[in-house]
Amino acid sequence: MAAVTRGIQQTRRIKLEAFRAVVFVAAGIFFLVPIGAMFEFSTRGAGDQPRTLAAWQSIGTYPDLVAAIIASLELAAITTVAMLVLLVPTMVWVRLKLPRLRRIVEFICLLPLTIPAIVLVVGLFPLYNWMGNNFSDSILTLAFAYLVLVLPYSYRALDVGLAAIDVKTLSEAARSLGASWLTVMWRVIVPNISGAILNAAFLSVALVLGEYTLANNLLYNNLQVEIAMLGRANAGVSIAVAVASLLFAFAVLIAISFVGRSRRVRKEAITGLTGPLQGASS
Amino acid sequence: MTERSGVEVRLENLQRRYGAVVALDGLSLTIAPGELVALLGPSGCGKTTALRLLAGLEDADGGRVVVGGNDVTGLPANRRNVGMVFQAYSLFPHMVAWENVAFGLQMRKVGAAERKKRALETLELVGLDRYANRYASQMSGGQQQRVALARALAIRPQVLLLDEPLSALDAKVRGRLRDEIRRIQLEVGITTLFVTHDQEEALAIADRVGVMQSGKLEQLDSPVAVYSRPATPFVADFVGLTNRIPGEVKFGGVEVRGTQLPLVQKDVPAGAAIALVRPEAVTITGDGDASSGPLVGTVIAVAFLGATSRVTVDLGDITVLAQLPTSDAAEHPAGTKVKLALRPDPVLVDRHE
Repeated sequence: MAAVTRGIQQTRRIKLEAFRAVVFVAAGIFFLVPIGAMFEFSTRGAGDQPRTLAAWQSIGTYPDLVAAIIASLELAAITTVAMLVLLVPTMVWVRLKLPRLRRIVEFICLLPLTIPAIVLVVGLFPLYNWMGNNFSDSILTLAFAYLVLVLPYSYRALDVGLAAIDVKTLSEAARSLGASWLTVMWRVIVPNISGAILNAAFLSVALVLGEYTLANNLLYNNLQVEIAMLGRANAGVSIAVAVASLLFAFAVLIAISFVGRSRRVRKEAITGLTGPLQGASS
Repeated sequence: MTERSGVEVRLENLQRRYGAVVALDGLSLTIAPGELVALLGPSGCGKTTALRLLAGLEDADGGRVVVGGNDVTGLPANRRNVGMVFQAYSLFPHMVAWENVAFGLQMRKVGAAERKKRALETLELVGLDRYANRYASQMSGGQQQRVALARALAIRPQVLLLDEPLSALDAKVRGRLRDEIRRIQLEVGITTLFVTHDQEEALAIADRVGVMQSGKLEQLDSPVAVYSRPATPFVADFVGLTNRIPGEVKFGGVEVRGTQLPLVQKDVPAGAAIALVRPEAVTITGDGDASSGPLVGTVIAVAFLGATSRVTVDLGDITVLAQLPTSDAAEHPAGTKVKLALRPDPVLVDRHE
């Protein structure tokens, strides 16, 4: 009887493994074929010339493109930090002290999802015009608009993390042990929602690096705007930069997954335990 | 038992409202140094609110909190020297047991080596030094609450607050941990406020039990006194089981179905009243077949409770519970006629049916 059960379990496991493999290959083809095609295009030689990496090598020779890449990276960093500084304490405080406002805060944070980017531009243009005339017309001011754009995605990611822990009890326990609110936030809440924070940060970085509409219509040259402009002059370089930015986003995602994995491995190494505790008694 | 070294805690006329709901209505309570007082009451009676005001986790609308002679009413939670164990599991999930215990010491700027030493000592006190490197997710509920107790004690607080710390545990673990909490409390000699809705827990662990209702203390006395001499009908009803038997107050006592019982209350006006009689004050004196009378009835159920059994007897107009040794109860299975007797213990009377 036990042998039959083992056999059934093994058959199920093989089927599951096969299903996983099929899904993995299909998803890989879905993502990699377009990127491969882009790479192929970016390495074509002119006319009958052989393949060349000239388009890739020339990326650094376009000063406007380099400036746009740096500006987009700076914007991603500023937007992500501003989003975390704004959202994490607000969401924790609302959960602790103002739970009745939670739905309102959620509504406000999700609102940008329902507003088309072009409508946002119409609303933001006079503001940016005034800001450019009176304060600064630096591209980094786009971070304000991007902060609004990333709110819905970051809010969702952080909300999932906060829902997974008992924020109230953990904060009160830390307070009763002598922790200030800043310590509660930094030493107790943040370490326990670090996965959610990383997810929110990744979404924010990915969104800012891929943003085109706001920057283009507010007359700023970020990475995507520069890629589009370059595409008109030199399609090969434009596609090479697009592939590079996609690969960069993938690299960030993989780095985040490794951070999560290394935390788990460290935890298991410290305790010498890998599964649910056996024999734990009171 | 070591010499008690706690401080006196005074709650003076504490008031707290949540909108229109009055959570605390002028609560006053003094806990002697090293004493363990249990606040007992139904949900919403204000017991947890009282504890949270003492911890500084909420602000009082009126009244004072005095700990060791110092008025701490306006102090935030992190500046009051109190240790607290919560009803929900509250260990920091990203820290192992000893790090949890050392957290409060770190907040007090204790050096790293001393911190770890004291954390391990406190874990030893609760019998969990072997589990020092385990995360909360790798411990059982009882173990987590013991680590939480160690964490609360490690900071050497003036007061220990226990907010239903056993309610999430199964019955066997609950009983064992309850005894352990009492042992440690006596060993450390710390003034302790224990909040619970479980009367058995309160009566078993406390020096004194405070029974609360609607934001007020109904009675604050030793467990024996609260059980055997309840001050109000609410206390009698809430603590233990009570038979409500119609009777008549006369001659300084109450006559209940032909039996004269002394009264707990003084100066009760004569007239009809409901006598509150404990099941253990009801005995079965014999076979009811041969006799008739106001205390003759039929057994309708026998509930086995271990050493004792609870027998439900139908007297026609009311049913009465009698708690007897199981061997005695076994002689009166359901369906048999029995004659009851009421032991002349002092009883309370209630005018409200």
